Amino acid sequence: MAKEKLFKGGEFLITDALPEEIFTPEDFTSEQKMIAQSAEEFGQGELDTRWEELGVLDPDLIKSLLKKAADLDFLGAEMPEIYGGAGLDKVSSSLITEHLSRGTSGFFVSYGVQTGIGSLPLVLFGSPEQKKKYLPKLASAEMIGAYALTEPQHGSDALGAETTAVLSEDGKYYVLNGQKQFISNAGFADLFITYAQVDGTQFTSFIVERQWEGVSVDAEEEKMGVHGSSTRAVIFKDVKVPVENVLGEVGRGHVVALNTLNIGRYKLGAGTVGGAKLLIAEAVKYAKGRIQFGKPICEFGLIKHKIAEMVIRTYVNESMVYRTARLLDLALEGIDPTSEEAGKKTGEALRKYALECSINKVFGSEMLDFVADECVQIMGGYGYIKGNPVETAYRDSRINRIWEGTNEINRLLIVDLLMRAGLKGELPLLDTIKKLTEELLTFRPSMETAEGVLEEERKMVSMAKKIALLSAGASVQKYMQKLAGEQEIVALIADMIIEIFAMESALLRALKKLQKEGEEKARIHVAATRAYINDAFPKVDLMARQVFAAISEGEELRTQLMGLRKLARYTPINAIALRREIAESIVPVARYHLTRI
Amino acid sequence: MNIVVCIKQVPDTETQIKIASDNKSIVTDDIKWVMNPYDEFGVEEALRLKEKFGGEVTVVGLGPKRVTESLRTALAMGADKAVLITDDALEGSDSLAVAKALAAAIKDLEYDLIFTGQRGVDDDMGVAGASLAELLGIPHVALAVKVEVAEDGKSVKVHRPVEGQTLVIESGLPVLITAQKGLNEPRYASLPGIMKAKKKPLDEKSLSDLGLDSAQFGQEGRKVKVLELTPPPERAAGKIVEGETPQEKAAELARLLHEEAKVI
Ligand SMILES: Cc1cc2nc3c(=O)[nH]c(=O)nc-3n(C[C@H](O)[C@H](O)[C@H](O)COP(=O)(O)OP(=O)(O)OC[C@H]3O[C@@H](n4cnc5c(N)ncnc54)[C@H](O)[C@@H]3O)c2cc1C
Repeated sequence: MAKEKLFKGGEFLITDALPEEIFTPEDFTSEQKMIAQSAEEFGQGELDTRWEELGVLDPDLIKSLLKKAADLDFLGAEMPEIYGGAGLDKVSSSLITEHLSRGTSGFFVSYGVQTGIGSLPLVLFGSPEQKKKYLPKLASAEMIGAYALTEPQHGSDALGAETTAVLSEDGKYYVLNGQKQFISNAGFADLFITYAQVDGTQFTSFIVERQWEGVSVDAEEEKMGVHGSSTRAVIFKDVKVPVENVLGEVGRGHVVALNTLNIGRYKLGAGTVGGAKLLIAEAVKYAKGRIQFGKPICEFGLIKHKIAEMVIRTYVNESMVYRTARLLDLALEGIDPTSEEAGKKTGEALRKYALECSINKVFGSEMLDFVADECVQIMGGYGYIKGNPVETAYRDSRINRIWEGTNEINRLLIVDLLMRAGLKGELPLLDTIKKLTEELLTFRPSMETAEGVLEEERKMVSMAKKIALLSAGASVQKYMQKLAGEQEIVALIADMIIEIFAMESALLRALKKLQKEGEEKARIHVAATRAYINDAFPKVDLMARQVFAAISEGEELRTQLMGLRKLARYTPINAIALRREIAESIVPVARYHLTRI
Repeated sequence: MNIVVCIKQVPDTETQIKIASDNKSIVTDDIKWVMNPYDEFGVEEALRLKEKFGGEVTVVGLGPKRVTESLRTALAMGADKAVLITDDALEGSDSLAVAKALAAAIKDLEYDLIFTGQRGVDDDMGVAGASLAELLGIPHVALAVKVEVAEDGKSVKVHRPVEGQTLVIESGLPVLITAQKGLNEPRYASLPGIMKAKKKPLDEKSLSDLGLDSAQFGQEGRKVKVLELTPPPERAAGKIVEGETPQEKAAELARLLHEEAKVI
């Protein structure tokens, strides 16, 4: 059997991977399953039972639950063992995130910050002294962390921060002045990872303790959702920060900020998988019990369609997240966590997969919004009433498209990262596009449908890549360096890329299951994959047409569309029957059933 | 204080059970297997006693290879070593046969206490624990909600609720105690625990390793035979009592209870 392969960031777009080369949830080791099980039991025992209390901000409760999670080492899961962590792999830590993500915002937001953006900057870029001083306390919940990047006037363009840091005359400390906006955990955090401009232009990261003079917080924000979490402005007034508390190098704060967000983004995807699975269970249970017109509503075609679609998108998201997590693990292999260079090397390795991380963020947040929305719809009026966890989930889900970089920013980033990888020669993009263009002149699509389960879908995914590459190539050729200014086109290209990663992750997972366990056991995996790809493929085609129509006209456009037509051939399948099959398979068990832990 | 805990693997209580075509067993294909919840209380109690008195906790399981997972869970919670009795000939054995195999595996271990669950949540027979005590020739105290081992480690007081009262039973050691709900709150497996569990010893034994004759096990060796499994009857749809006023509804309800349900 071929081995797992360490693909480069973005390489999925130009290489057709084999099923055995990627990691899928069917490949969880028994240890990973036990870790997931342990998190699941903690979630059921400590969080589900406190759903109501955790929906209202209660710092003492949050802190006591974080302490309990710390006792099981969940907080230090990704921290090196020498600093009190568990030094776990990304697949395991994603499983923990997934299973602790269960509609209890009071816990989840705080836990997410503590283990993600609130501590990762230290894990990645802290000096050994900084790590020794702070990480064990964050791992044990003795200190609560926060990440203060956003400012009132600088959200998406956070690097333009106005907070200033001025070095004291004796060179011993920086004086910080400024305000940060919408900071999670701010109400009870002990430690802020924050950012300020040194000498007006040198964007720099600092570690600031809450107890220092001049650090204060504003009132709690009243929010649309995540009501159990604390969100406040943080004000720095003449705060003296010792030079030892500069995180990373002066003027290199963007490296800290961006790498941290990167990991936060793919982890957000792990969280959305967990949230969606719980909503699916709620929706199916309700649909089985709700009788209208003399039968349970789960027997109506339109409800079956909704249930199936929730399952399909969750399955696709899950396939993407664990494929990505394992990719990060492979990239990090061989880095000695105790070495001085560990953080830097880790950051560099992770940066290469920023594209995949952004894809997970956008797909996951939009998937969960969809699932929460349909869950409300399945429950009708009852779904709209406060006290129903689904009503809360619907509002809570919305924040995911805004924080960790808005989905717009992430879409722009996906294409930007791809272009950079091409320009730097990290990915042979230009050559691939050139070859493709030449091939297309003589390319004749086969008129026959491919034989074998999923063979047709395999072809479609491969064709979708060609379509996306041609669209990207033509756009670059037309706008060159000015492409970034054509945001609508960039977003279309980003969406094609996202769909390709989504389709391919589902496809390879189903193929792998099929090869290992046979057609009967892989039946629902295959159905979900086929239903998804048969919807997504024409979408990719449509987006490509929109791109070409915007950048070309006349004869050129006609030629381009002709080429596109050759690549975009496909025969529709009976996706209605597939969705019914999926819905009917989940109704008896009433929970997401495609993954076993 | 050395303690043995017997662990059975059972279908997760949330599993939708399907009866197999032979009408005597269940379809095991898509079942999620977990440690019998009553055995979890046993593991937790053993770990607490170990923390107080020192010694070792050994968990013993029986069944196919998948039972390893439940044993590893117990190791991750903090048990020290595990024994898995696994043999194709065990498939279909009844509780007495299971007790015989367990006794053979346990008799050579050093133990002061043995815990089993008061029953398995799958077959609900509740006899393996008592049979095991009998076969080992030690006393047996069932349905414990509190276990107090004397400071000198030589005797134990076991609390059992009886009709709202509490019966306190004292026994010398070794003794076999069956655990029930209320005994304790089992801990979660921690991450370091899970990682350590990988390296803890897990011994596999076949029937012949234990010096047992496989003819006494499996379907053939059963003293108790399952004749048939039937699913619970489908619940009939509820009925909403019609009527303009509460009085009318009450009268209608009384009529239905008398004439249709025939309960009054
Ligand atoms: C509940 C909550 C918790 C939060 N927690 C934290 C935290 O812990 N730490 C922290 O630092 N921040 C936090 N934030 C802030 C969050 O990260 C920002 O709100 C987010 O980055 C967006 O910034 P903004 O709100 O200023 O929106 P803006 O940047 O003003 O964006 C407004 C709109 O314009 C779009 N837009 C902006 N720039 C462009 C562009 N170049 N091209 C196209 N469209 C663009 C955006 O996508 C968006 O739709 C939190 C926010 C909330 C609501």
